[in-house]
Amino acid sequence: MVPEIGHFALVIALFVALVQTIMPMLGAYRGIPELMAMGKPAARVQFLFIAVAFFMLTLAFIENDFSVAYVAQNSNSALPIEYRISAVWGAHEGSLLLWVFMLASWGLAITIFSKSLPEHFLARVMSVMGFTGVGFILFILMTSNPFDRLIPAAADGRDLNPLLQDPGLIIHPPMLYMGYVGFSVAFSFAVAALLGGHLDATWARWSRPWTTVAWLFLTIGIVLGSWWAYYELGWGGWWFWDPVENASLMPWLAGTALIHSLAATEKRGAFKSWTVLLAILAFSLSLLGTFLVRSGVLVSVHAFASDPERGVFILGFLVVVIGVSLGLYAWRAPSVHGGGRFEWFSREMLLLANNVLLMAALAAVLMGTMAPIVLDALNLGKISVGPPYFDVVFVPVMLPLVILMGIGPLVSWQAGDARPLFKKLRIVLAVSLVTGIALPLIAMGKATLMVAASTTIAMWVILSSAQYLRDRIKRNVGNKGLSAGVYGMVIAHAGVGVFVIGVTLSSVFSVERDVHMRVGDTVQINNFVFRLDEVKPVRGPNYHSDMARVNITRDGEQVAVLTPEKRTYFIQTMPMTEASIDTTLLRDLYVALAEQRDADGWALRVYHRPFQAWIWSGPLLMALGGILAASDRRYRVSARHILQARRKTASASVSDGAQA
Amino acid sequence: MKLSAVFLLLLLGIAQAVAELSDPRDERRFNELAKTLRCMVCQNQSIADSDAELARDFREQVQKKINEGQSDTEIISYMVERYGDYILYRPPFNMVTAILWLGPFILVIVGFLMILRIVRRQEQPQADTEQQARLRQLLEKSADSGNESG
Repeated sequence: MVPEIGHFALVIALFVALVQTIMPMLGAYRGIPELMAMGKPAARVQFLFIAVAFFMLTLAFIENDFSVAYVAQNSNSALPIEYRISAVWGAHEGSLLLWVFMLASWGLAITIFSKSLPEHFLARVMSVMGFTGVGFILFILMTSNPFDRLIPAAADGRDLNPLLQDPGLIIHPPMLYMGYVGFSVAFSFAVAALLGGHLDATWARWSRPWTTVAWLFLTIGIVLGSWWAYYELGWGGWWFWDPVENASLMPWLAGTALIHSLAATEKRGAFKSWTVLLAILAFSLSLLGTFLVRSGVLVSVHAFASDPERGVFILGFLVVVIGVSLGLYAWRAPSVHGGGRFEWFSREMLLLANNVLLMAALAAVLMGTMAPIVLDALNLGKISVGPPYFDVVFVPVMLPLVILMGIGPLVSWQAGDARPLFKKLRIVLAVSLVTGIALPLIAMGKATLMVAASTTIAMWVILSSAQYLRDRIKRNVGNKGLSAGVYGMVIAHAGVGVFVIGVTLSSVFSVERDVHMRVGDTVQINNFVFRLDEVKPVRGPNYHSDMARVNITRDGEQVAVLTPEKRTYFIQTMPMTEASIDTTLLRDLYVALAEQRDADGWALRVYHRPFQAWIWSGPLLMALGGILAASDRRYRVSARHILQARRKTASASVSDGAQA
Repeated sequence: MKLSAVFLLLLLGIAQAVAELSDPRDERRFNELAKTLRCMVCQNQSIADSDAELARDFREQVQKKINEGQSDTEIISYMVERYGDYILYRPPFNMVTAILWLGPFILVIVGFLMILRIVRRQEQPQADTEQQARLRQLLEKSADSGNESG
């Protein structure tokens, strides 16, 4: 019964989503309040039924119902309960159900947090959200039903892919999808604004917190994925420029550009039509990512061509969404007038530069991801695009962005005053240079020109952000205090600096040794002595494993005991490497057990990776900045207050130019 | 460009085949090379970080050639000759891939030219802009409310 209830709930959700798409839009078009008002309850009911479907699939996993094909393919009675639950999104069908569940959750959130939105606008937003829901629920029901029965039922399941049996992979997909799918809200707001002709600062203010929240979830999702790759793949790497990774990086880059462009639109009414285009782009890239990952086109273009059902559906949906929204854009956006004037040296200018660079970086990732697929499909040859390409094309585009980031917040809107700014930043620059050179020298005992240059850039971002915060606090004396948004921006920008330091020092100064060890053997990296104490068999719930014990000492004192494993899962017998890592602020010690060479000899990979934790801390700071920015009080004031505030600022005119 | 190299080294931890290269400089060369060659039977892994049989075989081949005193270019062209461009993680530059290599940089230039135009256009004197803007706002507002009620 359980899968049938889930299936049925999904069918009902489809019809509710249809109602949600049609009625409010019709109402907004005809000006019928009763129809417009249907959006909210429809979104809530849709959420309810999708939640039921999601719960039923989860229940089927918990109860080991191997008469459900999807459960039989991705679970096993020996699988621990937490992985039975995360196995729900362990493969194609369930991932899509998670996608739809996230979409419905965002829809529900809009109905809760958007009391201040005018009814026409809200009706159109609900309708666009509903349309996206219709597309994906239809996709599940037509091509990827997770509730399909297996007759006769399997005696036991084929188990979850061992790579996914990991705590990181329990939360990585939900976070990532929250982000991916969250851009649908910014997209719906953009389309609604285009339809209603309200493409103004108020629209930008409504969109900002939603965009920021989606972006911060995406950031956390990407970090978790990278972290997982680091310890689970056992090669010490944390970013592989894999198409699947790129698929999540592309909407992230567009989302980052959108966050910044929205700021200019909200504050100055500038670049309205560009901002709306970015909102469309961010969500389109989310859909493109879904297409890439879910169609099978990445595995092989030819496999995709021979079984194209799923891919063609998403591709069709992608074309409809992009086509309709761009058509709408072409129709409505030209009538949108630009904001106020601004000069060469102004915040607007720097934000435009930010957008140009982010778009170029995005183009590099997009082309690097698509080129192999497109060339293969056109029979122009098989090529691979990997790290060497992105190093040469992506990195040089991002570096100037990091440098500009230090100046951007300090420059006023409209017309910045360059001279006093440079006078002030002279000191910051000098301190950045000194600390940037000192950091690798002190931490690593050596530095090259390139290392010093990039740590200097990182220090520049961190210190100039601090300088900005100091300025704002000084100027705010006696006032009610700085807004959370200011702290959010400073922390997020400083996070970029932290990330750059981590990437630089970890990549340049990491030492890797691939060694053959017998029990009692030692290997030394820098001052750390790694000694293999024993390798013993261990039995897990659904695998057996060889677990090594590696004792690490430094100058005779014990630092850590690491226990890397080589696991073989009972059902899917491919061997899995479980690296063991000792992390401190300044370095990771990393040991992975490779393979048994002879009776008592093992191949081990041993790494010393300085500042590795900074690579995750940086983006987590960015996400924290996002949390603060989204929690800013001003997003919670009612529409009436916004209007009053706007009138006030309009009369106060340019005097508040520098306030972010 | 050189600056970027700092970030470049970042991507992969390198596993060296159990040290058969005595010279540390050779070892570094091997590590760099192994990162740029694709393990062709793997999903998306370089020969440096794959346990596959083929990757191990390729690693040994590269090591042998380094020991024989071959240069990086010689080794790469040998691999490409035998296995095609697909083995290279750094795609070759040719007519087909030109847009891949140059596209992002062209986009930067075009983007900044567009900014240039926007600012230039703004610099042209406009009569009494503030009043115009206010007028426009009023017009927009009435148009909006017209839409709403219609």
